[in-house]
Amino acid sequence: MKMKSTLLGAAVAFALAPAAMAERGSDGHVGVIYWQAPSILSPYLSGGTKDIEASSLVIEPLGRFDENGNMVPFLAREIPTIENGGVAEDLTSITWKLKEGLVWSDGTPFTSADVKFTADYCMHPEGGCAQLSKFEGVESIETPDDLTVVINFKRPQPYPYSAFMGAQSPIIQKAQYENCMGAKAQECTDANFGPIGTGPFMVEEFKPNDVIQYVANPNYRDPAKPAFATLTLKGGGDATGAGRAVMETGEYDIAWNLQLAPDVLAKMEEGGMGKAESAFGTLVERIEMNMTDPSPDLPEGERATVAHPHPILSDIRVRKALSMAIDRELLTEIGYGQAGTPTCNLVPAPEIYASDNTDCLVQDIDGANALLDEAGWTMGSDGVRTKDGMRLSLLYQTSTNAVRQDFQALIKQWWEEIGVETELRNVNASVFFGGDPGSPDTFQKFYADVEMYANNFDGADPQPYLAQYRCGNEPKPSSQWAGENINRFCDPAYDAMIDELAATGELEARAALAKKMNDMLTKDTYTIVPLVNRGRVTGVSNTLGGFKHSTWDSLLWNAADWYRTE
Amino acid sequence: MTDPMPNTPLNALQDPEITQPARSQWRDVWDQFKHHKGALLGGGFLIFVTLAVLFGDMIWQIDPKKLDIRNKDVRPIYTAIWNSDAKVSWGNPLGTDNLGRDQLAQVIAGGRASMAVGWAAMILTMLIGTTIGVLAGFFKRLDGPLMRFTDLVLSLPILPLLLVAVTLFRQPLRANFGPEMGMFILIVGVIGVTSWMQAARIVRGDILALKEREFVLAARAAGTTSRGIIFRHLLPNVLSPLMVSATLGLATAIITESALSFLGVGFPSDFPTWGKMLADAVPRMQEYPERVMLPGLMISLTVLSVNYLGDGLRDALDPRIRGR
Repeated sequence: MKMKSTLLGAAVAFALAPAAMAERGSDGHVGVIYWQAPSILSPYLSGGTKDIEASSLVIEPLGRFDENGNMVPFLAREIPTIENGGVAEDLTSITWKLKEGLVWSDGTPFTSADVKFTADYCMHPEGGCAQLSKFEGVESIETPDDLTVVINFKRPQPYPYSAFMGAQSPIIQKAQYENCMGAKAQECTDANFGPIGTGPFMVEEFKPNDVIQYVANPNYRDPAKPAFATLTLKGGGDATGAGRAVMETGEYDIAWNLQLAPDVLAKMEEGGMGKAESAFGTLVERIEMNMTDPSPDLPEGERATVAHPHPILSDIRVRKALSMAIDRELLTEIGYGQAGTPTCNLVPAPEIYASDNTDCLVQDIDGANALLDEAGWTMGSDGVRTKDGMRLSLLYQTSTNAVRQDFQALIKQWWEEIGVETELRNVNASVFFGGDPGSPDTFQKFYADVEMYANNFDGADPQPYLAQYRCGNEPKPSSQWAGENINRFCDPAYDAMIDELAATGELEARAALAKKMNDMLTKDTYTIVPLVNRGRVTGVSNTLGGFKHSTWDSLLWNAADWYRTE
Repeated sequence: MTDPMPNTPLNALQDPEITQPARSQWRDVWDQFKHHKGALLGGGFLIFVTLAVLFGDMIWQIDPKKLDIRNKDVRPIYTAIWNSDAKVSWGNPLGTDNLGRDQLAQVIAGGRASMAVGWAAMILTMLIGTTIGVLAGFFKRLDGPLMRFTDLVLSLPILPLLLVAVTLFRQPLRANFGPEMGMFILIVGVIGVTSWMQAARIVRGDILALKEREFVLAARAAGTTSRGIIFRHLLPNVLSPLMVSATLGLATAIITESALSFLGVGFPSDFPTWGKMLADAVPRMQEYPERVMLPGLMISLTVLSVNYLGDGLRDALDPRIRGR
């Protein structure tokens, strides 16, 4: 018996050996492929998912969200709650306790001053910070000692975890960014391309819009991690190529966001080197209506700004008709199969925040036609409606992606049936989501009438996400075209609800309010026309262990725990 | 072939008797040309493709942009030969794509765009190339600057240049000519201004040699103006290398357009061209190889036939080769 248990113990020890004996850098190299290439390593200067996630390997927030949406402390000792005294009873402050002995990758100590600096950096009025909504309602940040950060809110903050939680608001090093405040933020190339962080990896070489080489951070807090000595994040190409590189040829270990038709994915999995994993979150493929006039006749600087309302889309009946003509079931079936469900909501999850809005799911071409007739658009002999000499003609842009081009073709056909002429345009994804203020083709500039892309929110609370649609938060020349209110939506009643949501603590009331706001953006105004709630499909190599698929945070959130299974 | 060549030097001094009525030059060219089997086939195919894309939609009247979801992923009709379960239909003899667009109609419409770009860009290339070549070869003062300019343009990489041009000029052209015509002008224009250099060099070289020849001297002595000499005596003599370079230019233009569409920066995504069809088909090329092969084959065959045609023309237009 004793012998047996000894043997068993030995066997178990042997089986666990790869995990137990792992030390930093023992598993060699891991490759990650993003078909949109990162162009900057700062989430504060780019809203692009690729940039946020590429930087998440280096810079970390105080806490992250795991694969189930739960909060996990990273740089903090624990997640502050009312129970443990971290959150004040009146909801007006939150106290974070930092882990002791943390150092940056350059060896200098990590302190509460860095946390405070991060907030100052983003809240600087001239900076055009892409994550400003995360700091909504923050009044002041105090640092009583090196390991304590107290965030004071202007009014009771029922969900105090938007700042410094999740991939979008990581802590940057004060010493590195000190001279990069405000308007100088974009000029600090060294810092923006090679941030010093506390994460498992540090940047060795960054080629913007191409490839990033990382090496393990020698000062990472867990001496046994990360198991990989080097990491390559290759950007660019397309989703098909990325999928093949992981599932068919095995050159890479993780392929991000495989937005591919279901039959194509199934075929790739037959390659045997990896599998496609999908996880549902809040990612919604939607059509955004431009409420401002993108006409090229307007001078640069006024084009697509609130100074000029859109001549056609300002009429809600047109927007509603455009939405009614779309068959979302069919789109989902063709584009995503099991990895998508048709939706009418901007906030499709979590359950309590999801509105029961399902009116849009039924396609109604006749109704749409009737609505346009009522709005005064009369059908011309060439099948295009006109009104006061203006043709009902729209420019419809999106990023280059086979599924999106299929969607464009289908939607164009439906819109043709209701007398809308559509011009399609597709822009390379790295440019479209690149956020370069000099390019006319970014989704923020929105030099088109309607555009299609997908977006989601991190964490389980939609407040910052809904707060994006505040008047004045739109991309505009004075903010270097940074800003999240892509549609240039502006309604004082909505702004009032943002403030009300920020002051409401009770969960039921918050949910009711969030649903109302969701409905206001979708079925009441048709500013945003949601199409499909997309699962995030990731290609994962069969030999990669420890990968946990979180749709609530960066895809690479637990890179420190990855290991090789062979 | 017509007259046996005199093989002793003495005979060369005598004028042989004319035994047959004079033949036109073009007739000789044709006689030589039809001996080149490849060129004949190539020419025939090119004419066939050109006619097919011009008039094909009168016979095959399905709208290439029409989506028919119920009939998606139809295989070409010949698939039924080895796979009786395949989804085929006589209504779509070459099958349909993943959105149910008819492939035959797409090939016809796509060919029209590709061929139009090819021909237009080629003509533009020849115009610019010949003008610069003639000016540089004929007028000594212009030779240096023009040829250095040619070297400069030659060193420009065409694809990145096109990408920049698309970004810069798409907006104004779209506003003035509409999205499809605007893009057509842009692509043709950029291909035209970046691929005339070969033609210019060839023409200049030939003109340099020709202008020292006796017949040019004679023309000059007779008081012919420079303009007259160029149009009457020089241009007809550089025609043969020019035509060869024109056929190659046509092929290059078709390939460049395909590459652009393949990269997704060319025409709008619902405007079929061969390159676009190819790009759309790549994700599913294992299951539906015909969707890649069809436009690929069309591009290859057209380019190949144009090259053969050029080869045959070169032989036929060169009097020194003719008759051998």
